[in-house]
Amino acid sequence: MNYNVDKKGYYGNYGGAFIPEMLYPNVEELRENYLKIIYDESFQAEYKDLLKNYVGRPTPLYFAKRLSEKYNTNVYLKREDLCHTGAHKINNTIGQILIAKRMGKTRIIAETGAGQHGVATATACALMGMPCVVHMGAIDMERQKPNVERMRMLGAEVIPSMTGSKTLKDATNEALRDWINNPVDTFYIIGSVVGPHPYPDMVARLQAVISEEIIDQLTEKLGNPNPTHVIACVGGGSNAAGAFYHFLDQPDVELIAAEAAGEGVYSGYSAATTALGKPGVLHGSKTLLMQTEDGQVVEPHSISAGLDYPGIGPMHANLFETGRATFMSITDKDAFEAAFMLARTEGIIPALESAHALAVLEHRKFKKSDVVVVNLSGRGDKDLMTYITRKEEYLSTK
Amino acid sequence: METTTKIKNRITELFQKKSNNILNIYFTAGYPKIEDTVTVLKALEKAGVDMVEIGMPYSDPVADGPIIQQSSLDSINAGMTIKKLLEQLKDVRKEVTIPILLMGYFNTVMQYGVETFMKEISEIGIDGVIIPDLPLDEYIEHYQVICESNNISNVSLITPNTSDERLHVIDNITQGFIYMVSTNSTTGNDAKKTEDNHEAYFNRIKSFGLKSPRMIGFNIKDKKTFTDACAYANGAIIGSAFVRMLSASSNLEDDINQFIQNIKK
Repeated sequence: MNYNVDKKGYYGNYGGAFIPEMLYPNVEELRENYLKIIYDESFQAEYKDLLKNYVGRPTPLYFAKRLSEKYNTNVYLKREDLCHTGAHKINNTIGQILIAKRMGKTRIIAETGAGQHGVATATACALMGMPCVVHMGAIDMERQKPNVERMRMLGAEVIPSMTGSKTLKDATNEALRDWINNPVDTFYIIGSVVGPHPYPDMVARLQAVISEEIIDQLTEKLGNPNPTHVIACVGGGSNAAGAFYHFLDQPDVELIAAEAAGEGVYSGYSAATTALGKPGVLHGSKTLLMQTEDGQVVEPHSISAGLDYPGIGPMHANLFETGRATFMSITDKDAFEAAFMLARTEGIIPALESAHALAVLEHRKFKKSDVVVVNLSGRGDKDLMTYITRKEEYLSTK
Repeated sequence: METTTKIKNRITELFQKKSNNILNIYFTAGYPKIEDTVTVLKALEKAGVDMVEIGMPYSDPVADGPIIQQSSLDSINAGMTIKKLLEQLKDVRKEVTIPILLMGYFNTVMQYGVETFMKEISEIGIDGVIIPDLPLDEYIEHYQVICESNNISNVSLITPNTSDERLHVIDNITQGFIYMVSTNSTTGNDAKKTEDNHEAYFNRIKSFGLKSPRMIGFNIKDKKTFTDACAYANGAIIGSAFVRMLSASSNLEDDINQFIQNIKK
């Protein structure tokens, strides 16, 4: 079976480019050029140089000894949290801004939820000396002030999205509208494996460096390129796409996606898209989507802003439907506990998003001989206020 | 190249009878109040409007600006659904004779079921649909047959950036008319920055020799912009400006009549 995108931009039943005619020329221009650019030698040389010397790659694949003892298996942490700006997001923004430059674009726009992709975009723009506009829901701007200030310090203009629910989904709508209004000079850097084709495929290829490194590092450490399991959290799904990418066609490697179940999958405050969603169209692609019976998009909930999205990338919808990946629902509380557990077991404070992936270790039994790679997609500094203010509530039972 | 047999309905009849200054008004279903749909529709016909588009509200309307999005959210919050709208329109042909199109986003139609939707709207006398985020190739591959067999015109959009090659394809595929998006813009945007080059675009399309009638929409808001647009096309479409008027109206019939007479005078 093929788990990658087909010629029409579909992953099985999911994907495509459901965009208004106003966006057709922009998306078509990108579709015609992205592969040529990405696989051009000079692009690869520049991209790899920046990933090494600016982002700090390769990130370590760390054998977590105490964690492994605790769960009686072999746990390796892929340390994306050590990337410049504190998460994997920058792998994508550096790649896309180089593509934008090669396409002659002079203005960059992006959407952001928690602000991580916004910061990574603002960083790439500062590095390249390009003007940057980040659309961010007005409510998210209030919730994530430090990241708003970070983006501004990096020279980006942050525009509050005042429409709809004033969160990530609306910021994405506003970025699409910005692109409709500025179709010629502007490049839209989407932050996840979502959006119209070719975005999901382009972002997956730019994040694929994660699994490429895992293979090299496991080969070096164990003499075998394949782990038995790869675990990653899925909001839109870019870090999971990167961590899974080179294992998609290795059936012996089990892929586990951790979704945000919020206060419980059926609590009404959840972002567990595969459990609650059905096929629909949002932000340019057909995918699994949380929606009402009448097709109105439902506002999701997760303690982690990065997983607070009502859909998932079409690639993941297909991995779910075909059973290639196992999807697990992790509640706010599970994630919160996993974050404190990692802090105290390994001395690493993870992002709340990544804590969802770590929580899988608690919910799933592994064999002693298993080699389990957890993609630690980001660091927890940005979540410190949440860790401080909600500690009593979540850890009271301990 | 894709070809298609042109269907016949109230939209095509309108363009046979009238070739210029065709006034098409957009309004959001169930707005300003959920039971106002038919009231607004009747008032528009009485005021002398040639054709109407009824917006089926969607939570995430990316091709629309803030005015239409807000009216959509208000309507959704008041309980509007496609099912409810079709219920409201079930006897519309007893009272209204002008062509009616439904405009909306693909997800809501997909959830209703495309085939069921087209069949049911055809049965109540709807003439066409405009679904901006249903791309041309998806339409051709999966939905063209469904629309045409139900005698529903699927109206395609063009923009200033649509290539010549694509214009030909759209001209062949569209049913009823071509919806010319006036600028690179979402609806209801202030178009100052592109006003300089829209004339070049309008002239290019006018001299292109398209078979299909053309209606210009987006940023048409008053007598002047309507008249200007009509110099380049068979007519024009007013949406956001009309919805804005509705949002402030205390007497729908009088205010709608006033609004339309100001355009037509």
